[in-house]
Amino acid sequence: MTNEIIITGFGGQGVLSMGKILAYAGLLDGLEVSWMPSYGPEQRGGTANVTVILSDEAISSPVLDQYDIAVVLNQQSLDKFESHVKPGGTLLYDPYGIHRLPSRSDITVVEVPATEAAIASGNMKAFNMLLLGALLKLHPMVSPETVIKGLEKTLPERHHHLIPMNREAITKGAELV
Amino acid sequence: MKEQKEVKLMKGNEAVAHAAIRYGVDGYFGYPITPQSEVLETLEELRPWETTGMVVLQSESEVAAINMVYGGASTGKAVMTSSSSPGVSLMMEGISYIAAGQLPTLIINVMRGGPGLGTIQPSQSDYFQATKGGGHGDYHLIVLAPASVQDMADFVGLGFDLAFKYRTPAMILSDGIIGQMMEKVVLPEPRPRRTDAEIAEQCPWAVTGKRGRKHRNVSTTLELESKTMEENNLRLQQVYAEIERNEVRFEEYMTDDADYLFVAFGCMSRICKKSIQQARERGIKVGLLRPITLWPFPYEAIAKLAPRMKGILVAEMNAGQMIEDVRLAVEGAVPVCHFGRNGGIVPNPGEVVDSLINQFHIHD
Repeated sequence: MTNEIIITGFGGQGVLSMGKILAYAGLLDGLEVSWMPSYGPEQRGGTANVTVILSDEAISSPVLDQYDIAVVLNQQSLDKFESHVKPGGTLLYDPYGIHRLPSRSDITVVEVPATEAAIASGNMKAFNMLLLGALLKLHPMVSPETVIKGLEKTLPERHHHLIPMNREAITKGAELV
Repeated sequence: MKEQKEVKLMKGNEAVAHAAIRYGVDGYFGYPITPQSEVLETLEELRPWETTGMVVLQSESEVAAINMVYGGASTGKAVMTSSSSPGVSLMMEGISYIAAGQLPTLIINVMRGGPGLGTIQPSQSDYFQATKGGGHGDYHLIVLAPASVQDMADFVGLGFDLAFKYRTPAMILSDGIIGQMMEKVVLPEPRPRRTDAEIAEQCPWAVTGKRGRKHRNVSTTLELESKTMEENNLRLQQVYAEIERNEVRFEEYMTDDADYLFVAFGCMSRICKKSIQQARERGIKVGLLRPITLWPFPYEAIAKLAPRMKGILVAEMNAGQMIEDVRLAVEGAVPVCHFGRNGGIVPNPGEVVDSLINQFHIHD
């Protein structure tokens, strides 16, 4: 089973770290993984995207033009990547700031109001973990427990008090779907 | 039972830093430049001067860095630098001197799009610079082209081993994709830095003071007598001939039944593997030859494969550089075409397949 994923949005939304957390969970589950950022002069407010591949086979190209799953977090990214989702694939998008909706009917389109949920919870930092929770509910390629285990291993001790918040966000994200 | 090794997830640039410490490198000198700054950053984070005693120094410029490497290498120490294209151009004078002085060193170029200050995106347009000279004079670098984060880790040790074996500088010619992407990697086993006694034994040429020898070792590249300078050149050429005989490395992928051949190095070889899968789904049998050493170049391996092919597509992130070596190998036996993107644009696997179909008029 191979999942070829692009996560794309504004810099500062946690796009790259969401991909990293997903890739690390894949590693813990013994999968082959690759994480390829678009590393342009991105900054808060600019666009940022990352290609993540999780597979039980060796990964050839880290660069792709067709994706099983696109996680899209702004209008530019939606305009650019909707046509790059494989037929039968999944487009997951946050409707915040979106005025032109996705139009394809040969893919599964899922709206995840993660920005709204993050604002409501008063914690914008949980935004990307809400999305990850939603993504893993739709495509359980790794378990939320593995994601938490990954956070425990990669986060420095001084940030461990944030783990319960992340766990909560993943659970809440799953409920948004 | 196979020994279980710890698998890490990290960037190619980070893997270089870890591998350097574990190899027992004595010194790293460098100046930050995207997309390779993580090499220096990771070294600074890992603080090897507190553990192995490795020196890590951010120099004031790339010119300073390569001359620090020149100085360190002349004492027999294992020293290295890394940079990206415009920074590597600045190092060319020093690299020529290091090659002339027959000093083992490792230089890493994580290529970005040029010419000029260019872009910070990945590219492969420094192939000519790395393999055909770059600096002045008749010299070669051993050039290794990594295609994965694992290669980035492994080629640090391989590069130094080859550099010391042949007393010549080696280069890892990487690119922004391999430097910036994260993959699984198993790091090499740590080993201690060589002692001064070990260096003296391994490098009798090292400039370390008289040390009981009759003559002081002197490292110089200036020779005003043309006759002697020609002898120096011939000595270098002998070493290069030996490297060409012994050290050609390449990888073949699905060439057994192939009608067409991709030749690609580094990240482009990874993209081509996906292109091969896509082409084969459409009934077009394609294989890949990936040169691992760009110098010495696998001329013979390509010459051997060429007659079995209907055509060869050289895929590079440049305007056509390695294709010249492929054409030298093929000697007109079959058509050789080029696919390239420039200036930091990374092609996708489908583009390469389309190019193959269009240029060789394949009807699927």
